[in-house]
Amino acid sequence: MDNKDILLKVENLRKYFPIKDGFGKMKNVQAVENVSFYINKGETFGLVGESGCGKTTLGRSILRLLEPTAGKITYDGDVIFDGKLKKQSKMLPFRRKMQIIFQDPSASLDPRMTVGEIIGEALDIHKLYENKKQRTERINKLLDMVGLNSEHSNRYPHEFSGGQQQRIGIARALAVEPEFIVCDEPISALDVSIQSQIVNMLEDMQNELGLTYLFIAHDLSVVRHISDRIGVMYLGNMVELGASHELYKNPLHPYTKTLLSAVPVPDPKVSKSRKRIILDGEIPSPMNPPSGCRFHTRCPYAVEICSRELPEWREIDKEHFVACHIV
Amino acid sequence: MIMRDSFEPASREEKESHFELVKGVSYWQDAWRRLKRNKVAMISIYIIAFIFVFAFIGPMFSDYDYTTQLRGQENIAPSWGFPFGTDNLGRDLLVRTMYGARVSLIVGVCASLIVLVIGTVYGSVSGYFGGRVDDVMMRVVELIYSLPDILVVLLLSAVLRTPLQIWFNSSGGFIAGKLSVVGPGLISIFIAFGLLYWVGMARIIRGQVLMLKEQEYVVAAKALGAGSKRIIVKHLWPNCIGQIIVTTCMQIPSAIFLESFLSFLGVGVSAPLTSLGSMSADALGGMYTYSYRLIIPAIILSLMILSLNLFGDGLRDALDPRLKK
Amino acid sequence: MDNKKLLEIKDLKVTFFTHAGEVKAVGGISYDLDYGEVMGIVGESGSGKSVEAYSIIGLLQSPGKIVGGEILFENKNILEFDKKQMQDFRGNEIAMIFQNPMTCMNPVYTVGNQLIEAVLCHHKIPKKEAQKRAIDMLNLVGINNPENRMKQYPHELSGGMRQRVMIAMGLICDPKLLIADEPTTALDVTIQAQILELMKEIQKNTQMSIIFITHNLGVVADICHRVSVMYAGKIVEQGNVDDIFYNTSHPYTKGLLKSMPRVDAEGYERLIPIEGTPVDMLNPPEGCGFATRCQSCMKICLKEAPPTIEVGERHTSSCWLLAMPGEGEVN
Repeated sequence: MDNKDILLKVENLRKYFPIKDGFGKMKNVQAVENVSFYINKGETFGLVGESGCGKTTLGRSILRLLEPTAGKITYDGDVIFDGKLKKQSKMLPFRRKMQIIFQDPSASLDPRMTVGEIIGEALDIHKLYENKKQRTERINKLLDMVGLNSEHSNRYPHEFSGGQQQRIGIARALAVEPEFIVCDEPISALDVSIQSQIVNMLEDMQNELGLTYLFIAHDLSVVRHISDRIGVMYLGNMVELGASHELYKNPLHPYTKTLLSAVPVPDPKVSKSRKRIILDGEIPSPMNPPSGCRFHTRCPYAVEICSRELPEWREIDKEHFVACHIV
Repeated sequence: MIMRDSFEPASREEKESHFELVKGVSYWQDAWRRLKRNKVAMISIYIIAFIFVFAFIGPMFSDYDYTTQLRGQENIAPSWGFPFGTDNLGRDLLVRTMYGARVSLIVGVCASLIVLVIGTVYGSVSGYFGGRVDDVMMRVVELIYSLPDILVVLLLSAVLRTPLQIWFNSSGGFIAGKLSVVGPGLISIFIAFGLLYWVGMARIIRGQVLMLKEQEYVVAAKALGAGSKRIIVKHLWPNCIGQIIVTTCMQIPSAIFLESFLSFLGVGVSAPLTSLGSMSADALGGMYTYSYRLIIPAIILSLMILSLNLFGDGLRDALDPRLKK
Repeated sequence: MDNKKLLEIKDLKVTFFTHAGEVKAVGGISYDLDYGEVMGIVGESGSGKSVEAYSIIGLLQSPGKIVGGEILFENKNILEFDKKQMQDFRGNEIAMIFQNPMTCMNPVYTVGNQLIEAVLCHHKIPKKEAQKRAIDMLNLVGINNPENRMKQYPHELSGGMRQRVMIAMGLICDPKLLIADEPTTALDVTIQAQILELMKEIQKNTQMSIIFITHNLGVVADICHRVSVMYAGKIVEQGNVDDIFYNTSHPYTKGLLKSMPRVDAEGYERLIPIEGTPVDMLNPPEGCGFATRCQSCMKICLKEAPPTIEVGERHTSSCWLLAMPGEGEVN
């Protein structure tokens, strides 16, 4: 893999949240544990997993909206976080290049600001215009790009539907002309008939503007559709990483296999003929992760070593990584 | 009867004009609607408005000033020429009451503004930055809470009286001139407000900021690269403006009450400036003969404070976002 | 077929009388449910799917009111029940499970307490017997160590467990009909699979009927026998699950299926979304609720509500495209 094509590199990233357990002792919620991967320029990297897997925490830690506990993050050759250093680099210049779209559009838009002000704030912070006329023009152009129009810029977020609010959020992210966008469950809160509109819009934006996405979602169907490569997370670890179609055709990790078999498919014949892997038990709490491989408590193929040692992150096929003892 | 051409495809315009985007109701419109429904609050607004007019516009209709002493017209009972009578120096009590009300209102509003500015900034900084900063700042607040406020005002007033008087006499400057009219008593009250009374507001704003800074739109602003100042001023304050307005509004009657109380004790306004409190004090001597001199300022003062409090209550209910229907 | 139907809904209409105006949440829907049948009610927000379910079990809260229609349960009109009859009926013959079990269980009572209460409400049996039933129920829903679980509080359980407990509470009186309002929407995918398997098994063993409300067509394909697709308060298409997926008739249903990505897709295929935004139920336009978003919208669709036309065996669709002159019959 040509290093020049890598836009984001994450190495051994950890994010812990210190909390007090029931007895007053300080414990760490190991939300993200030793995750390493890279994202190429222009690609969509999908990140999937269930509750407690740490995907949202990972996404926000990459942008340093949550300060990582340890590890190294490199963006386009510049180190933006290094756990070994005492003082970290300033994020402001990177805020132009790295942006985020949130899950709940009604919560991520300031209810007291008009749409124009919300989008304009992005332009104001980075001084991306020379005069007022230019500013208004840019705002209108952004609204147009996301399928709204200039009349909407005087309205307040609550006057719009969920899908439109999400478009406003996307316009805001695009205002600073970013290269990389973390899409944190951007369609989960939207109606089914609107979801595909937003997915298509994100794809179009990517083609037009040459964007790179980190697409975080729990809906494997959508992630499969939009991503070039997918990383599967379980309880803070990344357990498998591979090309989108490869992961589906040839899943290596038992958890990936289970996840794929559990995704509902809108096709009765397929649904009935599928072999489902049903796991026992519940997802353990990130406060008390199991020893060794964190999946071993529910894994149908677990052997003795799985409860003792953390499996190594290895490249099995070309660009297909997995962390499992039995593969 | 279904026409054949009804089955022609509908054009895009036909579809778009078929419905319109529902115009939402803004926060203020919603609040105003709720406020209007509150009869008590509406009556209070009218009373407050009336008192304002009384205090600020009233004197323009009078021939007299609050200092004008009319020889030979002392101690007149309420009559056609002097609706509130005159005092023992021949001053028209109607005008003096108007001015007194004006002073009370101005003191109330200015004191509240002092509390607003200091309290909001302090509470926002403490709440937003959290951690050590918050701990230290809140300890200071608790310390201030424990001080006896009236005592501080009295001490300040006593301590500052002489130095201020000397300064007023020696300096011929504009500021010194204006301040000398205000008097050391009132100045001490304002200083006390600046030192002590903002803590309640600080606590309330800190509480709001603690809650609001976790909102996702704040994270979004940070992701855009917004600094602390922008986030506090443009995102946090507008979202707790309801709380800010209500708390400031409720501060006004308590400031007025404090000033009246201190003026009654003789430590507030200096003659010839008058306030409703000092007028009440002046009226104490002839309480039985000229009882109207006590009753009138007392009633106006009570009405002022009561209606401001009731209005503040109504405002709090109207602006409470949780009651949004 | 001479089967007595378990449930018959005839032209049900529900309106919410709010400050801002009347919201016709359900504008006249009809369907039948057989014994042992699982009916999926599919729709998005504003479609009215939850509202109609709440009407069946009599839990509709003001400002909502049932303003028309009949709900016949084993030929008895539920809407005419008095309070006592409704209380006997609810929980006993019909049970309901909700989307968010945390908010539907009392946090200050143990799980066991709530299960026992559910039994004792309807059956005058000694407490010990009720307790045994509760433990049996917990076993049935796949909760291990039920004796210990009985003593736990709702917040001590995980999401999947709570949903199982809720299912146990619903089933404990052996109802003939279970209404499940988005029971797996809030669950993780692997937990959802567990719960769906559980429900399928229980349904097969007890031959209980289920009304399964969801917006996820994948779940519908998995567990349902029949499907009613709702949009803007009306049923736009209704039929067997195979007909709905393979002989799709209504443009909305077609649009939904075309716009959903599939995890087993062969290569990349661009999604075909349904344009426009969901209808505002406060100001619903005249004519067909879906008209403004429909690719095949005709002038008449904007003016008059479409008739319901039979397109196959027990398969109906409400669309003017099926009633074009010279094609099919107009009802």
